[in-house]
Amino acid sequence: MNLVAHLPILPVVVPLISAPIAVLSRRGSVAFVLATTASWAALALAVALWVQVGAEGTISYAIGNWPPPWGIEYRIDTLSAFVLVLVSGVAAIILPYCRRSIEAELPREQHYLFYAMFGLCLAGLLGIVATGDAFNIFVFVEISALASYALIALGRDRRALVASYQYLIMGTIGATFLVIGIGLLYLMTGTLNLADMRQRLADVSDMRPVLTALAFITAGMSLKLALFPLHQWLPNAYSHAPSAVSAFLAGTATKVSVYVLLRFYYSVFGAGLVSDLGLREVLLVLSLAAMFAASALAIFQTDLKKLLAYSSVAQIGYITLGLSFESVAGLTASIVHLFNHGITKAGLFMLVGGAVLVMGGSDMSRLAGLGRAMPLTSFGIVLGGLSLIGVPGTAGFISKWSLIVAALERNQWWLVFAIALSSLLALAYVWRFVEAAYLREPAQPREGGREAPPSMLISAWILVAASIYFGLDSSLTLGSAMAGAQSLLGAAP
Amino acid sequence: MTAQQLILASLSLPAVAAACIGLAGRRPNLRESVTLAASSALLVAVLALAQAVLAGERPRLRLFEVMPGLEIAFEVEPLGLLFALVASGLWVVSSVYSIGYMRGNGEAHQTRFYACFALALAAAVAIAFSANAFTLFLFYEALTLVTYPLVTHHGDAEARRGGRIYLTVLIGTSIVLLLPALVFTWQAAGTTDFQPGGILRDKLDPIALAALLALYMFGIGKAALMPFHRWLPAAMVAPAPVSALLHAVAVVKAGVFSVVKVIVYLFGVDVLDNVSMQWLVAIAGFTIIAASVVALGADNLKRRLAYSTVSQLAYIVLAAALLAPLSIIGAVLHIASHALGKITLFFAAGSIYTAAHKTEVSQLDGIGRRMPWTMGAFAIGALSMIGLPPAAGFISKWYMLSGAMEQAHWAAVAVIIASTLLNAAYFLPIVYRAFFRPLAAGAAHVAHGEAPLPIVAALLITAAATLALFFLPEMPLALAREVIGAR
Repeated sequence: MNLVAHLPILPVVVPLISAPIAVLSRRGSVAFVLATTASWAALALAVALWVQVGAEGTISYAIGNWPPPWGIEYRIDTLSAFVLVLVSGVAAIILPYCRRSIEAELPREQHYLFYAMFGLCLAGLLGIVATGDAFNIFVFVEISALASYALIALGRDRRALVASYQYLIMGTIGATFLVIGIGLLYLMTGTLNLADMRQRLADVSDMRPVLTALAFITAGMSLKLALFPLHQWLPNAYSHAPSAVSAFLAGTATKVSVYVLLRFYYSVFGAGLVSDLGLREVLLVLSLAAMFAASALAIFQTDLKKLLAYSSVAQIGYITLGLSFESVAGLTASIVHLFNHGITKAGLFMLVGGAVLVMGGSDMSRLAGLGRAMPLTSFGIVLGGLSLIGVPGTAGFISKWSLIVAALERNQWWLVFAIALSSLLALAYVWRFVEAAYLREPAQPREGGREAPPSMLISAWILVAASIYFGLDSSLTLGSAMAGAQSLLGAAP
Repeated sequence: MTAQQLILASLSLPAVAAACIGLAGRRPNLRESVTLAASSALLVAVLALAQAVLAGERPRLRLFEVMPGLEIAFEVEPLGLLFALVASGLWVVSSVYSIGYMRGNGEAHQTRFYACFALALAAAVAIAFSANAFTLFLFYEALTLVTYPLVTHHGDAEARRGGRIYLTVLIGTSIVLLLPALVFTWQAAGTTDFQPGGILRDKLDPIALAALLALYMFGIGKAALMPFHRWLPAAMVAPAPVSALLHAVAVVKAGVFSVVKVIVYLFGVDVLDNVSMQWLVAIAGFTIIAASVVALGADNLKRRLAYSTVSQLAYIVLAAALLAPLSIIGAVLHIASHALGKITLFFAAGSIYTAAHKTEVSQLDGIGRRMPWTMGAFAIGALSMIGLPPAAGFISKWYMLSGAMEQAHWAAVAVIIASTLLNAAYFLPIVYRAFFRPLAAGAAHVAHGEAPLPIVAALLITAAATLALFFLPEMPLALAREVIGAR
């Protein structure tokens, strides 16, 4: 069997298989090694795919040799390869972090289940990105969602159960809307293959069920990607989940949902249809609301994890704002921010997880004096925070710059200033942490060790360093984002 | 060493020094030696570059590309060289001063202080040598961030409040106004390189040019043009050496340096001739007068000095906005002459605080008899601020005034003359109090003499330099002429 020919499906299959083996082993350490190896393998495979797509163009893979559109097709283009690298990369960096973090947060008998769930969640997220089949997308959405409900519920706080339940309800509604939309599309086109669907839609694009499908998919995915005001599930889920889970979901889950939306908008419906329905205006208004309202809410949080969660909602606003421009520049900004924010926020949640471990909580009052107690953790959080603000030299700046370029291209000066003003709100919420960590004395004498365990600190710092690196050399990220945006819009009629 | 290596050395010396300072944190004497060695080495490197630039070279150093068409690159030209010379030269002196001040006052967190100080210098030199507006913006923001720990050095509620204002105004203006201006420039011109004659010729209509210029002028918050000047008085919560080197020299001069750079090398003086500049002249003029009036009423010495700085910075903006060759020479010279005079004044304020623990002007009665060197230097600094010979401020003011007259811009002439009177009104009484009033009754029992030797030595050096620049202005004048000649 020639493995290279099966490259498109392997990143999904490897973590998927690691999960049941982890359960069978019933041992935390075995499960850890399995999950870590699987995630590293997935990363290596994703990078291989990325290189191959860069060299040869879109790869199509027919499962079981049933040719599309009858069989299930896996289709890797520049955009999906880029997102695959992001998701598997974040997972590969978080897993080594999990070991100490999970040991501290979960009872020993749950460890192997955690790694099994992690593997499933990863497989689901990668599957969503790799597949070229609408129903397959839904299946993987559910796989990753079910796994993430379980992962969130593992949080040591009882509130994690409520948060997970909340997410379960909202997530299920979202997935149901998605499947209704896909069902309607199937009804109208008789196919589930995305590329095939696009061609067949051309004949029926003005019919009401198609527009209804678009509306259902938009609403469903907006729930999953936590577009304001459908974000209610996110702050609780992120703040009560185990630290490693917050980091993983913040870096990947919402980003993959954005990917699904992009895929349906531009690879299935096409730009014209999306504009006809007025979705651009809707996205624009909701994105602005997210950028301002969620940032303002973040300023008033007393818990750092919650603050970061609200910041995520706000940053998702930037991503969807880029989407609303419906230009190559706008989509480039969206895609590059999807990546930049993914690595930055995952790194931040990982560092906060370390602080929680040592300081006993993520409340601002507990983190007072963190700059002295845990200098490396604290400084890392500051650097990540600068990237959230979009200070030049950080990845966030590249995103902001691209977004402003996109707004200027449309001559929308008021949007330029709105983008800039909202980053001042980011300055305000990031500086709440800076003041607490460096300019306040700890309330009570600190107990426990100094820094977080090295495995956690190093993993987190890799992401922080990456968010600086991609701020100074954006050829890889911006280049891929631009290629992805061009291929999405190039496919448009 | 080649010129490129010299650029690299000038940029990396302070940064490497910061790291070494951090490592030597437990051994104060070693730590301070690192600062002194690095600052002297930086000065030597910049002086070596000066020779090359005066010989007509324009050494360039390209580092790497951040986004397509936007690279981090450096080019040493006369204006940047002058700024770098001022900053690095005064870093040496203020390092000596810092040692006396920080030890004399028993300040905490000294390692952090010296490390951030070195980083601030690295950012200032990088700003000075930026070959394009993008690189300048990058280090402009970095300078704000690395000086924040210095502003909030004391870590108390007042420092937190000052730090908030400092950040909000500086980051706020730069992100909301400067960044869009930069993106717009890039989209219009396809580059952000600083070039003699500017890069915006025939690219935009006059209205767009005027709007863009406004974005730049207010976006460069470090130039402290009203209404975005509040950060400067707020930054006075910092220890005296920070106020002296950073908030009289490196940070504020980075602001006005950027203003001149944008006007001369991004827009081009010829291009701006067709754009109405009256609003900028008016705002700068208003800032000069208004800040002087506030300074007149301020009893806190550092606050008075801060508002004096706001006013003096606006001179430079005003002179650049007049677009006359003579006034631009004046603007460039004023970067150097104001730096020397104002650092002397801040050194003196810190010296008074260290020796006598006095912060208010009204407490200074008769202090000149106890601290003759300090107050003598203060008097020289004050002369330079007013613009009287034999101090350096006279020369730059002379050029600015000549430029305004050449343009027959009588309003600007009136502003310069009126502010000279105001300057005299708020500086001379301090000198008078110190030397001619009897000691305050309550102060008599606290015996104190001069401040520690490093402090006195440092402020005498800068005072002497203020006088020297009056008698020997050739080198800065030559550099300033090249800024114009390069048109």
